[in-house]
Amino acid sequence: MPRDAEIRLRDRLSKLGGLDLLRGARLSGELDRLQRQLDRIEAEPTDEEIWSKVELARHEDRPYTLDYVERLLEDWFELHGDRGRADDAALVTGLGKLEGRTVALIGHQKGRDIKERTKRNFGMAYPEGYRKAMRVMALADQHGFPLVTLVDTPGAYPGIAAEQHGQGGAIARSQATMARLDVPTVSCIIGEGGSGGAVAIALADTVLMQENAIYSVISPEGCAAILWRDAGEKRKAAAAFKPDATHCLELGVIDGIVPEPAGGAQTSPDEAARLLGAAIGDALEELDDVPRDELRARRRAKFRSMGVLA
Amino acid sequence: MAEAKIDVSIEHKQAPEPPQKKHPNTCPSCGSHYRDDELAESLRVCTHCGHHFPVKAHERIEQLADGGSFVEEAADLRSADPLGFFDLRAYNERLAEAEIGTGLGDALVIGSAAIEQLPCELAVMDFSFMGGSMGSVTGEKFARACESAAAAQVPLVSVSASGGARMQEGILALMQLPKTVVAVEELHDAGCALISVMAHPTTGGLLASFASLGDVVIAEPGALMSFAGPRVVAQTTREKLPDDFGLAESNLRFGHIDAIVPRPELRSTLARLLRLFGAE
Repeated sequence: MPRDAEIRLRDRLSKLGGLDLLRGARLSGELDRLQRQLDRIEAEPTDEEIWSKVELARHEDRPYTLDYVERLLEDWFELHGDRGRADDAALVTGLGKLEGRTVALIGHQKGRDIKERTKRNFGMAYPEGYRKAMRVMALADQHGFPLVTLVDTPGAYPGIAAEQHGQGGAIARSQATMARLDVPTVSCIIGEGGSGGAVAIALADTVLMQENAIYSVISPEGCAAILWRDAGEKRKAAAAFKPDATHCLELGVIDGIVPEPAGGAQTSPDEAARLLGAAIGDALEELDDVPRDELRARRRAKFRSMGVLA
Repeated sequence: MAEAKIDVSIEHKQAPEPPQKKHPNTCPSCGSHYRDDELAESLRVCTHCGHHFPVKAHERIEQLADGGSFVEEAADLRSADPLGFFDLRAYNERLAEAEIGTGLGDALVIGSAAIEQLPCELAVMDFSFMGGSMGSVTGEKFARACESAAAAQVPLVSVSASGGARMQEGILALMQLPKTVVAVEELHDAGCALISVMAHPTTGGLLASFASLGDVVIAEPGALMSFAGPRVVAQTTREKLPDDFGLAESNLRFGHIDAIVPRPELRSTLARLLRLFGAE
């Protein structure tokens, strides 16, 4: 297929190359970042590499939202509850200082042991979680805090109560709330970006993906069960729908890839956090240059243009 | 299959079971059988038990719009195959077959129309085109319907019937959720209303995007409207589902929709809403 993303990147690279005197160090950082992304695009992942990313994205030692929070945010204060009926532990929200400024953070949270996993419902939120997220989005907007979201969920919880409490509508309204914000928003897929439950908090100005994260319309197992009628064909399914960061960047779905330590984020959570923090900081700084009254229109235009037509 | 339990997505799983070995004109609820002209005459509602049969997009438009008022838009849009997707068959092949089978370019038909002389924009889904699944073209057409409605300053009436996002377009199918959501936001900012009618089934990505964002949300009786399909939920929770799980009636009880409107009353109900939201 035509590599539009590659052409756009080359275009940006050549433009930035001629501008490096204007903004100094930060710009050369940008150049490096784009160059790395270009290198990644040119090295298209094989089917095996895609599957290894699926495994890394789900690795049980992979850092979760709160692992990054404790490494990146100072004065963290967690905000609980949807102000309606519950506090969903599968989705954490709070305020903290990132590089000296207050940001609102929303992220899915998985658990490490059985007890924690049960409490966090394996990172699968109920509508109450998305309502809590919407409340915190409104809070950020009210006070002008940039919004950072970290996506790591197999999907929104498919349960009886979740449906009765309006799972579909909550996911739709959470996206709509993000589409209305006047503050800068940055999302990063840090593990599994599973379907509606993921995109519910990822309608952001800048959407990033960690190198070994996945972002997909359905799980490989689910896709295999439906299209191949055999969940065991998950590798084939993953190879077919290409949930890896490189393909997402190529398809224009994300704006950048955040590098991880060699071997994956679980090998060094500290280094993974440093790289993630730098990428989010850079993204927020870029967004500072966009006039506030243009942010929303720009964000909407980006999502309006998603998709490929014949 | 253990890992499949955590799959919440949607997509065709909750497609209505085809009435096994029954003729499509045989009512799955009461077994009454109809000639095609009889069913068309009754708006595809069983006159014996009230079961609502599926309605194809163009027939739905005929049921709702004033005769000759509908002017289709963007009929020439076709899906690309950005992933070169191949499962047991190629996506291109499935698309071609769907087009031949339905005479449609995609699962959504849009255009301007009038209902009881009240102008509006229509966006009507067709479940028979790949399970009404939402791909790039579906999302694009919906967004264009929002833009047409905003330009004409008329309400948009959407009628959804879809299993969810179209897996064959991978992540780009998921991106049609935020795409249609921002389109609705723009429509609202232009001062226009979205009236969302959910027909059977409206599940997965449709329920998690524009269909839930109607200023008024109406469902047809018995329509399945759940984010996750009953089978996925049953497998995940290992609980017996309530008899009305995810149905319009349950959604009304839990406060997710404004009304259940039987098909014979839909046209007059929409006209009333168009009068309420109309500029004059």
